[in-house]
This record gives sequence, C-alpha cells and structure tokens, in this order.
Amino acid sequence: MQRVAPFFLEAAWVTLELAVLSTLLGLTLGAIAASAKLYGNVVFRSIATVYVSVIRGTPCLIQLFILYFGGPQIGINLDPFSAGVIGLGINIGAYMTETIRGAIIAVDSGQMEAARTLGLSKFQAVRKVILPQAARLMVRPLGVNINAQIKATALVSAISVVDLTYTAQRYIGSTYKPFEMFILAGVLYMVIITLTGMIVSWLNKRVAIQ
Amino acid sequence: MTDAKPFVEIRQARKCYGDLEVLKNISLKVNKGQIIAIIGPSGSGKSTLLRAINDLDPLTDGEVWLEDTQVNKKLPHKQYENHINKVRQNIGMVFQHFNLFPHLSVRENITLAPKMLKGISDAEADRLAEEQLEHVGLSDRIDYYPSQLSGGQKQRVAIARALAMQPKVMLFDEATSALDPELVEEVNLVMKRLAEEHMTMIIVTHEMAFAESVADRILFMDGGVVVEEGPPEQLFRAPKHERTKEFLAKHLRANALAPA
Ligand SMILES: Nc1ncnc2c1ncn2[C@@H]1O[C@H](COP(=O)(O)OP(=O)(O)OP(=O)(O)O)[C@@H](O)[C@H]1O
Ligand SMILES: [Mg+2]
Repeated sequence: MQRVAPFFLEAAWVTLELAVLSTLLGLTLGAIAASAKLYGNVVFRSIATVYVSVIRGTPCLIQLFILYFGGPQIGINLDPFSAGVIGLGINIGAYMTETIRGAIIAVDSGQMEAARTLGLSKFQAVRKVILPQAARLMVRPLGVNINAQIKATALVSAISVVDLTYTAQRYIGSTYKPFEMFILAGVLYMVIITLTGMIVSWLNKRVAIQ
Repeated sequence: MTDAKPFVEIRQARKCYGDLEVLKNISLKVNKGQIIAIIGPSGSGKSTLLRAINDLDPLTDGEVWLEDTQVNKKLPHKQYENHINKVRQNIGMVFQHFNLFPHLSVRENITLAPKMLKGISDAEADRLAEEQLEHVGLSDRIDYYPSQLSGGQKQRVAIARALAMQPKVMLFDEATSALDPELVEEVNLVMKRLAEEHMTMIIVTHEMAFAESVADRILFMDGGVVVEEGPPEQLFRAPKHERTKEFLAKHLRANALAPA
C-alpha cells in the first residue's frame, strides 16, 4: 500500500487537473454556445444546436476515441492528456450550454425591458443586468455538471491518460489486490468530489441575492 | 395651447398580433408638460399603445414622434439599434412590477444607465442618486437592496431610476396596480409632484380618482380604439358614449364598494 500511495496521489492530481481544465473549456464553450442560441443569427444558432445535439446524442467514450485515435488520420495529433482535456471539455460544454441557457431564460423578462427602456443596448443589458443574475442561478446546476464531469474523467484511462482509474488498473498486476486498488481510487475520487462540492456550496451562498 | 407643436405624437398607429388587431388606427398628440391618462377595460390595448411610444412593442403601421425625431423610423438593423437606444434615453418608463435590478443596490439601480450611457464620474453619479432619491423621499434607502424595500418604495426607486436619465417624457403602465392599497398613495404623491413640475406624462391607470385629479386629458380606450377623450371633468361627469358610461359606472361602483 505505502509503495503505491505516491503514484495514486500523483494520479489523483492528474484527475483533478483534467477535471479543472476541461470544466474551464466546457464553461467557455457553453457560454459561447448559449449566447449563440439565445442572441445569435440563424447560422450561429444552428451551429450551436448541432453541437449540443451531436455531443449529447453520442457516448463520451466514442467522442474521446474519435479525437485521440481518429484525430491523427485528419492531422490532429494530441498527447493523451490534451486529448482528454479537449474531449471532455467539448463534451461537458454541450451540457453547460443548456444549463447556462436555462439560467439566462429564467431571469425575468422585465429585467431586459427595464434595461432597454433606460437606453442600454442588448449587449450592455445582457452584460450588466441579465448575466449577473443568471450567474447566481447557474452555480448549483453547474455544480451538478462538474460532479458528473469529475466522474467522467475516468473514461480517459481508455486513451491511456495516467489518471486514477488507469493507475488502479496498472497496479493490479504487481499487487494482485484489485479490491484494494479500486477502493483506493474510489476514495480519492470521493475526496475530490467532496472538496468540489464544498466549494460549490460556498460559492452558492456567496452569490445568493441579498 | 391647442395650436402648440405636439411634443409626443402618434400618427395612425396600428398593431396586430397575427390576425388580432389590438390597436386600430390611433392618433394622439401630447403637448409639452401635458399629462394624459389612459383608461379602459382589460385588453383594450392601453399597454400596447404606451409601449409603442418607446418601441418596446413596435407598431405594425403608423408613426411615433418625440419632438422632431421619429422614434420608430425605418433604418437598417444596426443603425436602428443605435437610434432607438438614444431615443429611449429621453423616454422614462415605469412598470407595474417595478423591474428593479435585484442584484444592484438602490444607488446602483439609479446610476447604472447614466454611468454607462452618459459617462459621468462616480462622484457625479453619487450626487445624481442622492438628488433623485431625495425627490422621491427615500434618501435613507440609498444602500438598500430592492428585496429590502416595500412595494411602494420599490416603485419610487423605479421612478427615481427613470428620472435619473433626465427624460423628456415619462410613461407609467399601471404603476400602482401591484401595490397593497395602503402603499398606493405614496407613489401617487410622487407622480403628482412630477405633474406639478410640468413633466410630460402619459399614465395608464385603473384609478379613476387619481386620473381625474392629475390629468389634463383622459383617453378612454376600448377594443383597440380611443372611444372618447376630453378633460377629466367632461369625461368623468358627462361622458358622451354609451361604452364610456358603462365602463365608468362599473368602475365607480367597484370603487364605492372597495374599502376606503
Ligand atoms: N405578445 C402578445 N401576443 C399576442 N397578443 C397580445 C400580446 N400582447 C398583448 N396581446 C393582446 O393585445 C390586446 C391588448 O393588450 P394590452 O396589454 O395592450 O391591454 P391593456 O389594455 O393594457 O390591458 P390590461 O388593463 O389588462 O393591462 C389583448 O387582447 C392582449 O391579449
Ligand atoms: Mg396593460
């Protein structure tokens, strides 16, 4: 156990990095696609719609395989970690698109009217009035997205990223203790998820409207 | 007075939602400093007409003018947006449900638009907020958030927010309908004070007594047309049209029954 502990901790760090980076990418993509759906012209709206339905309509594992194994065929050569971050980011982005869009729609329509009546442009109104209110509504559902995302990072073991799941599998051979190895990985996942959950709760309290 | 150049003018306004024609060829002239009250049954098109003035609900046909500017002039999309954003700075609007920005303090609600659109400094903005709040009697609430205010206070802040843009005309869409009866008067008082200061105002209201006391002219709308209009004493005391009489009878009876 002591012998493998450092490797598991290192792998936990990789998992955490994957989760954080892919979540940031997903948030960016989600914000862009949600804006495109709500405020874009027909072209942007259609692109966003296709993105969301394709990603949500196919398994994440297939998306990772296409990117990592299929990528080189069309000139995209990524190391496993980058492919993991990008693949997971694109995947979660589709779910975040709907979360962000839902939060924006949930802001009372009178808010936009009041802002426009004062002379603000649509863009100014979205930035100063709608988004700050939507952001507060987004924290909790985004927390749910992120929870799912941390668990989904386990998939990248299939494209040989040395994350927690991959590491657990690797040490089964030398320790002959699959039970302990997977329990250890599971515990570390739970630590990451619990910590993230605490951060989300704290954030949710902080942004609550007075 | 009657031959003065109109300050706000609506020419042959038509508005359709699909097959439903909710405004049928309405024309209206409002002089500078005049106060118009629009009354009429639910669904008669009062809000639609009011919201056409700042193009919140664009007309299907017809023109809206504010002084020498056509509010709803036909322009390519981008140019139109620039145009309407400028025009709207001159037209204050107060809504039934206040529509204060809940994430901003009272001060920030008032200063948001002047800061963004007029580029005034923080110090000037603060002074503006203080000035406007004093006007509506809420100086001590400057650092409160909307959720910490009563309905009447919210509406007074909403009026202050609109006035902070120094509008040429103010539109009120049932500003007191969402308020508890005991909070109506404080908002009415603010509006009366504005009237005394000769603000040009167009007021949609269900409160006949208030309309009578504050307006220079009353418009009675029904079914998308202005059925009858005139000075309050004439329209309330000696209505000419059958529909006006019926509406007033119903309302006066309802008011008489309501607890004072
Ligand atoms: N967005 C819309 N789509 C379709 N019909 C609409 C829309 N907005 C308003 N209408 C219709 O237009 C008519 C006039 O509505 P409006 O809100 O102007 O009436 P109102 O006189 O202000 O009534 P109230 O006293 O209830 O506020 C109504 O029949 C209403 O159902
Ligand atoms: Mg109305």
